[in-house]
Amino acid sequence: MKIDASKPLEYSTEENSNKIFGFWVFLGAEIPLFATLFTVYLVMVDRFASGPSGSELFEIGPVLIETFLLLSSSFTIGLAIHAMRLGYKKAMMVFMAITLLMGLGFIGIEIDEFFTYVHEGATLQTSGFLSSLFVLLGTHGAHVSFGFLWGAAIMIQIWRQGINPATANKAFIFSLFWHFLDVVWIFIFSFVYLKGLM
Amino acid sequence: MDLDKFKVHGEPLIYGAMISIALATIGILVGLTYFKKWGYLWREWLTTVDHKKIGVMYILAALLMLFRGGVDAMMMRLQTAAPEMKFLDAQHYNEVFTTHGLIMILFMAMPFIIGLMNVIIPLQIGARDVAFPRLNAVSFWLFFMGAMLLNISFVIGGSPDAGWSAYFPLASLEFSPTVGNNYYSLALQISGIGTLITGVNFIVTILKMRAPGMTLMKMPMFTWSVLITNIIIVFAFPVLTVALALMMFDRLFGSQFFTMANGGMDMLWANLFWVWGHPEVYIVILPAFGIYSEIIATFSKKNLYGYTSMVVSMLLISLLSFLVWAHHFYTMGQGVMVNSFFSITTMAIAVPTGVKIFNWLFTLRKGRITFTTPMLYTLAFIPIFTIGGVTGVMLAMASADYQYHNTMFLVAHFHYVLIPGAVFAVIAGFHYWFPKVFGFRLNERLGKHAFWWIIISFNVTFFPLFFLGLMGMTRRMYTYSEETGFGPLNMLSFAGAVGLAIGFVILVYNIYWSTRYMPRDTTSDPWDGRTLEWATPSPIPAYNFAIVPKVQTRDAFWSAKQDNIPLFEDKITKIHLPNNTGKPFILGVIFFFLGFFLVFSMWIPAIVAGIGIIIMLAAMSFDRDHGFYVSAEEVIATEKKLRGETV
Ligand code: HEM
Ligand SMILES: [Cu+2]
Repeated sequence: MKIDASKPLEYSTEENSNKIFGFWVFLGAEIPLFATLFTVYLVMVDRFASGPSGSELFEIGPVLIETFLLLSSSFTIGLAIHAMRLGYKKAMMVFMAITLLMGLGFIGIEIDEFFTYVHEGATLQTSGFLSSLFVLLGTHGAHVSFGFLWGAAIMIQIWRQGINPATANKAFIFSLFWHFLDVVWIFIFSFVYLKGLM
Repeated sequence: MDLDKFKVHGEPLIYGAMISIALATIGILVGLTYFKKWGYLWREWLTTVDHKKIGVMYILAALLMLFRGGVDAMMMRLQTAAPEMKFLDAQHYNEVFTTHGLIMILFMAMPFIIGLMNVIIPLQIGARDVAFPRLNAVSFWLFFMGAMLLNISFVIGGSPDAGWSAYFPLASLEFSPTVGNNYYSLALQISGIGTLITGVNFIVTILKMRAPGMTLMKMPMFTWSVLITNIIIVFAFPVLTVALALMMFDRLFGSQFFTMANGGMDMLWANLFWVWGHPEVYIVILPAFGIYSEIIATFSKKNLYGYTSMVVSMLLISLLSFLVWAHHFYTMGQGVMVNSFFSITTMAIAVPTGVKIFNWLFTLRKGRITFTTPMLYTLAFIPIFTIGGVTGVMLAMASADYQYHNTMFLVAHFHYVLIPGAVFAVIAGFHYWFPKVFGFRLNERLGKHAFWWIIISFNVTFFPLFFLGLMGMTRRMYTYSEETGFGPLNMLSFAGAVGLAIGFVILVYNIYWSTRYMPRDTTSDPWDGRTLEWATPSPIPAYNFAIVPKVQTRDAFWSAKQDNIPLFEDKITKIHLPNNTGKPFILGVIFFFLGFFLVFSMWIPAIVAGIGIIIMLAAMSFDRDHGFYVSAEEVIATEKKLRGETV
């Protein structure tokens, strides 16, 4: 494997730079995926039949905490990558751990939110609006949960093998994924919660 | 557990199919054991990450599916051959046209094309491999397992029966209570994920792994068409993913996306389906344009006319393909403005398509044409596809469509587009590239026999349908009375279908015959080719190119031969290759079971399978397999052997 020392570690082999580019293309596919889900949601948003509407359901408190957690975790994963480039394995691990814990907190609040809705009789089956709400939020939440497992797997590999072209590449790609989830969340925050609460 | 839901009742045909499937499976298992081929199968095929072998497996699976979809087609044509036929009942007919459409498009045409592109693209761009060889194996196994999941539906639980477009509310639990449409959502989902991964893989391969000197505008036309196709895949398939997921939620978990009450919206399905479905049609047709371009240039011994306009027209088509979806439901009450918009965008596609047709004709003009089998298919494609295109413009007029909508006219139209535009192309490509992969040609005499059977019978089968449509015979109608007068033309069409079947049998027989008797090719360039794939020895060594070629012109191999522009100047050095791995196959098998358990709402096994998938993904992530090197001496020895001493 040829290593090009003039580039950052995560880009340093041809395979590595192909992987990063490939992941960008994959994110290119995630955009129509979420765009479709948003479209479905916006089509359905007023179709709450006999069930509750968004303004009756949403509470700003937990959503703000979720937003805070996800936005800060995007910052900490950035710090982790920065530490990685400087070769600080320990700092990198700490920042990744903080990132994942915040992700976990996000998932916890989301699950709690889902339980509250169901408790109030607002289920997946109640109305077109709720179906689309649960599926949009759920898809994002599933991405975060998957990201948690993925990030944990990468941490184990860095812990065992240290920072090398392969692990650096994985961590960098993971950071792209995590930032992407953050961006999607900003859209959810604006078009689902803020719009619903207005 | 309630075993009854696995059973399919009542049809002697289906019992016959069950028995033959069981016997064939036992036969294969016994045969593999008897000839001690398990190890060979595992080492050489199931675990392979070689793009050429993966391509061959795609093509084999596609041929198998062509047979399956073809049997469905024959059954439909037989059932409607005469008035009041009693061969299939209404339900069975519904299942047959649904699976026929699904299989032909998703499990035959598309995988056939993906197979050809797997084999050829890395060779055409002078690369040693695809960007992500292991992911490529994952793609294949997801496609294959999805296809198998759909195929077992007719013996276990019942096939989908709401048409390949699965319109709601027809496809809802209320009106399609069997598990058939559960199979639909899951089988398509699994294979669709595989296709999406292929899309990513080939975009990276083509954009990042071309031989030095091959700029975008020096790429062969097939490579261009595949690049554009994969871009469409990456943008269109996520829409299908979402649509199928919502369908699954509606059917398995009782959500209200496409229901008629509680705020559901059936038109949402129609829109989502066709936002994917129309581009899908171009996913199978654009690579065909690429294949034809290569074949026309090779067999007229000329550069392709209007290279740049070919590229631009494909880009335009891919863009427009996303703007026409609502032409599939002009009659479902969407208003004049919407219909007009989609009518205009649809007709606009005729312009870039026309440009391509003229480019091909100009390439042929004054060319030194040789009428080989692939060239014959290409030449036949041009007029037949034009008929499909012209009738397409007729359908594109929203007001006129109120007349032909969902009649046999439509069925004739899309077969006139899809069969020359995809099936003839893959057959032509198959004949054209066969000697590259296997080192010998298919027999030309048998090839031409099959060609004439197929071309003539195709027109006999489908031309009458235009008239049947204008006479008012609707699509998906399982029987009709004597008085309608539909009988004679339908009988003619059935006769054509028999002829088509004979043609395909000759084609397959040709593969068998040629494997046994055709002389082996020693030149590895049997057609006097123009592009880089013909610069490798045949059969192709695992590493493709001993020396990575340096490209200076379009049709680089042709200039190398004509103008002595050197391709291979570097020295042979050691070559890196990936190791085989069984994980993609195992992952595919688990996906199959996950799909199966979800179809039958068996939650606990489904959760176990889901965990299995996560474990497999983790195992793939933790893999520290860096492949291996083939030493320079070994490469030199292989090249000498394959080229008969001339390196
Ligand atoms: C090989 C000869 C073929 C014959 C004889 C044939 C025959 C038919 C017939 C009779 C129908 C209409 C069923 C009905 O509406 O009652 C049909 C539908 C269809 N065919 Fe074919 N077909 C053939 C090949 C293909 C191929 C190669 C493709 C695609 C690549 C294809 C795609 C479709 C589709 C998408 C439908 C619509 C299914 C639906 O209505 O849901 N067919 N075919
Ligand atoms: Cu269309």
